[in-house]
Amino acid sequence: MTETSPAILRVRDLRKNYRSGETTLEVLRGVDFDLAAGEFVSIVGQSGSGKSTLLHLMGLLDAADAGSIELDGTRIDGLSSARRDRLRNTCVGMVFQSYHLLPELDALENVLAPLMVRYGVLEWLRVRHQARDTARALLDRFGLGSRLRHKPRQLSGGEMQRVAIARALVTRPRVLLADEPTGNLDEATGAGILETLCELNHADGLSIVLVTHDAAVARRADRIVRLAAGRVDDAPQALDQSAHAGQAARRKAG
Amino acid sequence: MYKLLLCWRYLRTRWIALASIVSVTLGVATMIVVNAVMAGFSYEMQTRIHGILSDLVFESHSLSGFQDPQWHMDEIKRAAGDDIVGMTPTVAVPAMLNFQVRGQWITRQIMLIGIDETTHAKVSDFGRYLQHPGNRGQLSFALRDGGYDTIDSQSDTKAVTRPALEGAGWPHRRMRVERERVWREKLEADRRAGGAADPAATDPAASGPSRSVDQQVDAVLAATTTDASPVAAEAAADPAAPPATADPFRQARPEEGTKMDPAREQFTGIVPGLGLASFRDNAGTDRFLVLPGDDVKITFPTSGTPPKAVSDTFTVVDFYESKMSEYDSNFVFVPIAALQRMRGMIDPQSGLASVNSIQIKLREGADLDRVRDTLRKVFPADLYAVSTWRDKQGPLLAAVDMEMSVLNILLFLIIAVAGFGILAIFFMIVVEKTRDIGILKSLGASAGGIGGIFLGYGLFLGIVGAGAGLALGLSIAWNINTIRAGVEWCTGERVFDPSIYYFYRIPSIVHPFTVLWIIVGAVGIAVGSSVLPALRAARLHPVEALRHD
Ligand SMILES: Nc1ncnc2c1ncn2[C@@H]1O[C@H](COP(=O)(O)OP(=O)(O)OP(=O)(O)O)[C@@H](O)[C@H]1O
Ligand SMILES: [Mg+2]
Repeated sequence: MTETSPAILRVRDLRKNYRSGETTLEVLRGVDFDLAAGEFVSIVGQSGSGKSTLLHLMGLLDAADAGSIELDGTRIDGLSSARRDRLRNTCVGMVFQSYHLLPELDALENVLAPLMVRYGVLEWLRVRHQARDTARALLDRFGLGSRLRHKPRQLSGGEMQRVAIARALVTRPRVLLADEPTGNLDEATGAGILETLCELNHADGLSIVLVTHDAAVARRADRIVRLAAGRVDDAPQALDQSAHAGQAARRKAG
Repeated sequence: MYKLLLCWRYLRTRWIALASIVSVTLGVATMIVVNAVMAGFSYEMQTRIHGILSDLVFESHSLSGFQDPQWHMDEIKRAAGDDIVGMTPTVAVPAMLNFQVRGQWITRQIMLIGIDETTHAKVSDFGRYLQHPGNRGQLSFALRDGGYDTIDSQSDTKAVTRPALEGAGWPHRRMRVERERVWREKLEADRRAGGAADPAATDPAASGPSRSVDQQVDAVLAATTTDASPVAAEAAADPAAPPATADPFRQARPEEGTKMDPAREQFTGIVPGLGLASFRDNAGTDRFLVLPGDDVKITFPTSGTPPKAVSDTFTVVDFYESKMSEYDSNFVFVPIAALQRMRGMIDPQSGLASVNSIQIKLREGADLDRVRDTLRKVFPADLYAVSTWRDKQGPLLAAVDMEMSVLNILLFLIIAVAGFGILAIFFMIVVEKTRDIGILKSLGASAGGIGGIFLGYGLFLGIVGAGAGLALGLSIAWNINTIRAGVEWCTGERVFDPSIYYFYRIPSIVHPFTVLWIIVGAVGIAVGSSVLPALRAARLHPVEALRHD
């Protein structure tokens, strides 16, 4: 299904086990997954099916036991921790259910955090104006232009999530990985966040992987991938979703 | 960049961490002050000791000493050459000092030191420690006609702390003799009036307080004093002694049998340490048991084998105060020639006198140890001991050094406690901030970077704490006497009692090197104790950290 557009993420036979003492919990048992450039995929599945685990592996926060992950055609599993830190900083943006903002920093600083991590003090002094402009533009775009100096605790859930998305995007990542970004929000606010993501996908061609429980949310994506028993499930009800996805892909191609 | 920002932000919100700054500050300040004061004491003590002892001491192992000091001095001069600027022979023997205070005999164990008064002050600070300005210029063992310092010449205060020395010297001696004479005449009259009867029974008034046991004894002893053989001061100090006879003690008392007038003549002069003759009362005034002009008895061993104890009477002519109580309550100086004669240290055949030791002063900047070793090579070690003043006071100086290191270790424990405080607080912060650490890692922060935040934070606490401690410590160390005065004024208590230390102000010397060490140590401890929390933060697994609540 992705022959025409090159895959940004290619996951093959990915396995992840959690050992605790004698018992081994096989969470992922050979997941194959592709994400085309500019594609918006949602991953659904029962709680505990390993959605977050898969996302963390793709976001280089954890190491798989077997299998491969390619980003833009290069293997990114089994890299040194320094290279992984660098890739995480430059190529991947992550958004979480509970926002994960730094409480000591205000909205603008939170958005700038990835860039501060990237640059040393001297470099930072050089790039800081440009970085500030980028961050401010992003926050403006998400309707937070007047909240730059507010600490996370002074913001609502939806606002915090928008700050988190801005933070994920400030590094211009190749792919955005979102783990239940609407999970903690009421329906209307969640819909707003989702709208933002869709808009990013359409307008900027940002590749997005969205993990969610909510079928309604999942349907907004080009394609739905269902995780079950540690694999991607190709059960029938997914078929009508893939038809929908194919339609979306055609729409984009056209 | 995020490290600086986060350190700063954490610091602003975590005031608890400042508690450990305070303990670092206090630890550093205490260490600086204590080291400064200890170094001050040590310095003061060393200069005192050095001032009392000469640079090098050349001595025989035996109490009888060695003959012909002049030959030895020539040999020493030949061996050590230009380094030597002064030499003086001394004779030192353990002895007992006896004196009478209100009828009671007080006996003190002393070191009786025979010195050559013309050269002794040239090899050490001896002269500076005397109480008569004339003697400070050139010591004379002849009693002075008053003029003793009532103000301590070594203190910088101008308070009269020794009023008793006002009339010391000949005036005091004449007054005492006069009193004794009057008393003796009264006693005589009483006896004649009472006949064989008990004077106390016939004369009730005489048995009252005016005829206490004290006074009776006083009178009897005063009577014996005049029986003692007088030695004119000139004769005692005269090195050209009469020809030797078989009995050296006859020589020491050439005018045996002749009566002397104590109001005009003196016995051989001595200079006892101030601590032997006085004590300091609560008001800081020195009270004297014996004054210049009083006579005392000294018992000392002769130089024969086995030594016999002999006694003689001496007249106190001045006091010696080095402010080292060990010396001030131990040393009594006499003219060397007199002591040699009394102890029988002059060879009847050759007429050569023996001495115990030769005090040597070296030129400024000479290497004491090197000269000592040269002399040790020249003179056989089984006959002579050559030591520097440091060697002589080795145990004392070592004790002070050890005291200082133990104190430093104890005080460093204060800073170590602060270190543990930092450790605990940082672990708390790591636990509390686990999720934030996970967030930073998800944004691409490296393990080293995360650890660096905590190390940097520890470094900051250390530097601020030590810096504040440095300022506090230095300001206390430099103004310690002002602070002492303030505390004394507030509480009305004497914080620093000069009668114990014999210093009038608390000495304090700040050694930059010591301060540097303290600062480095404190900062090191602060950084060191943040290493473990930093490692723990660095090793946190990002996913688990993100899950943490
Ligand atoms: N560190 C771990 N040690 C042991 N088991 C773990 C660990 N992390 C995750 N698991 C297990 O792996 C399984 C998958 O977890 P994961 O968080 O990926 O599920 P999920 O699909 O995201 O669920 P949810 O929809 O509730 O978020 C769960 O059964 C979980 O208990
Ligand atoms: Mg999950």
